[in-house]
Amino acid sequence: MAAFTAVRAAVSFTQRFVRVSRDCSVCPLYRLNVCTGAAVDGFSAPNRRLRTSIGVCQSADSSSPEEDQRVVNVVFIDRSGQRIPVKARVGDNALHLAHKHGIELEGACEASLACSTCHVYVSSEHYEKLPEPEEREDDMLDMAPMLQENSRLSCQIILTPELDGMELTLPKVTRNFYVDGHVPKPH
Amino acid sequence: MLTGVRGLSSSSGPRVCIVGGGPAGFYTAQQLLKARQDAAVDIYERLPVPFGLVRFGVAPDHPEVKNVINTFTQTAQHERCSFHGNVNVGKDVTIDELRQAYHAVVLSYGAEGNRSMGIPGEDLPGVFSAKDFVGWYNGLPSNKELHPDLSFETAVILGQGNVALDVARILLAPVEMLKETDITQNALEALAGSKVRRVLIVGRRGPLQIACTIKELREMVNLPNTRADMLPADFEGIAEALKDLPRPRKRLTELMMKAVKEGGDDKAEKCWGLRFFRSPVEVLAGADEKRAAGIRLALNKLEGSGESVRAEVTGQLEDVDCGLIISSIGYKSIPIDPAVPFDPRRAIVPNEMGRVQDTAGLYCSGWVKRGPTGVIATTMNDSFDTARVLIQDMEAGKLDLSVNKPGAQAITALLQTRGVRMVLFSQWEKINAEEEKRGKSLGKAREKLLDVDEMLKIRNVFISIFF
Repeated sequence: MAAFTAVRAAVSFTQRFVRVSRDCSVCPLYRLNVCTGAAVDGFSAPNRRLRTSIGVCQSADSSSPEEDQRVVNVVFIDRSGQRIPVKARVGDNALHLAHKHGIELEGACEASLACSTCHVYVSSEHYEKLPEPEEREDDMLDMAPMLQENSRLSCQIILTPELDGMELTLPKVTRNFYVDGHVPKPH
Repeated sequence: MLTGVRGLSSSSGPRVCIVGGGPAGFYTAQQLLKARQDAAVDIYERLPVPFGLVRFGVAPDHPEVKNVINTFTQTAQHERCSFHGNVNVGKDVTIDELRQAYHAVVLSYGAEGNRSMGIPGEDLPGVFSAKDFVGWYNGLPSNKELHPDLSFETAVILGQGNVALDVARILLAPVEMLKETDITQNALEALAGSKVRRVLIVGRRGPLQIACTIKELREMVNLPNTRADMLPADFEGIAEALKDLPRPRKRLTELMMKAVKEGGDDKAEKCWGLRFFRSPVEVLAGADEKRAAGIRLALNKLEGSGESVRAEVTGQLEDVDCGLIISSIGYKSIPIDPAVPFDPRRAIVPNEMGRVQDTAGLYCSGWVKRGPTGVIATTMNDSFDTARVLIQDMEAGKLDLSVNKPGAQAITALLQTRGVRMVLFSQWEKINAEEEKRGKSLGKAREKLLDVDEMLKIRNVFISIFF
């Protein structure tokens, strides 16, 4: 529980350091038509703001009337195989959602497509429903250990109604332990 | 009187000391603090300022990569963590003294040296290690007097990893791309007046062995006002090999092939090229014998296959005229203290999964543990591994936690008697604010302080205001 609070505090703290860029066309919220159009400047209301790969947009958990309140059920499967079902909403960002629920998913570059630490596997029937990754996401995915066909960076996954029931599995990856029991030769 | 310990009364929890305030140190600390609610973690860093290569290695035009500083800041501000800058472990305090004061010590001090090419002429003016060149444009205090001469048309970089590509990009990027970043002002001015127009990036082996990642290569391909100048002969047989490659290698190779085919805008003022199958054998001096004027390369052929492809000499040589030579063939760790085992061949601290060989209570994480390769995410995973192993050892009773250890209180007192002026995290925050303020007046993200003495002066001002 303390870890969850600490993670949440970390996320809200880091959100105070965002810089704003106005190029909406590459933002995942805009591309999925779930942007509430409230791109903002300044440092108001942390916890309401989500830094995406290109700038800052108002996240879907704001109190604007046009926002979609539809529930999307997502299941996170953590590195020990434990299933953590979460109730989320259309427009939520999967990485942000993971942090909100204390799931052990790092987001070192804070959703700016400059790392691969938020790498997840997407349940295959939902993988098809996600928009194609942009080239920059593919470039970062190339660096993720244990890359699979259904790999995505969770910071680029924005929830839509058809993703209801999606399962996001954290790769069981470390440097020393491989899923198949392989032990790397000491170098 | 400022002490290093934040509101932590005599606790009986484990006290861990981390040597090195870069990504490895901070990620190891983060994991330890999360896994044990009774653990206190102290980070000791040689410079007054934290963050290691995130501050001094990551290129100025990659600010998003530096976002990780926010996570590290959170860790440093944790009530059970304290940061002590300007402490030279090995000189101001020994590893044995740290081991006496803490239940466990983690070495995360990275790789501050560089591999040398080992060729004649390497010490001529005009030849630099990539580590120093990067340190120069990133404001590492020990590189501030580098003064690289950028008045030559051609630069040759040996090595084809991400560091080599960063250097090439910084040399050829339009100044507009750099002038709002945190690049140092003197580097920015030097680059604005640079005559370098052509950069060759040279590797021993072939295109399928190139060590850089696709993001950095794509940045070169997309660099404004530059064109790619590759040798099609270097790419013989590559197209046929594509289909069997794993995805990351395949995409990277496809991008290179595209650059070979398309080349780029012929009218572009600047050009860059990859050169394969070439190893440096001598730096050639100019007619006056006073500085580098060229480099002699030996042509290789590849033997073996798969992971064990190696370069073998053919006997053929090639000379390239150039006035700037940058060797980017790897960073290298150095031993920190005679009490710590060190493997000089691999230049790492010998260890088994992060436990230092034959030395109970001593661990390592990051580049000093595995060698100087990998991005921040690699170091993150590695540091988490070491932290897990340390926690396991605590829980299995391999570390005697029943003994009370004094931790920072004892070490701080010791350092004080030795006249060491420690910089606490709150004092770094003052330095940070000053750098941002100076940057603002120049239209930049920050203007880094280049001088340790200046950093300490700001620290002193902070102390005198509040105490």
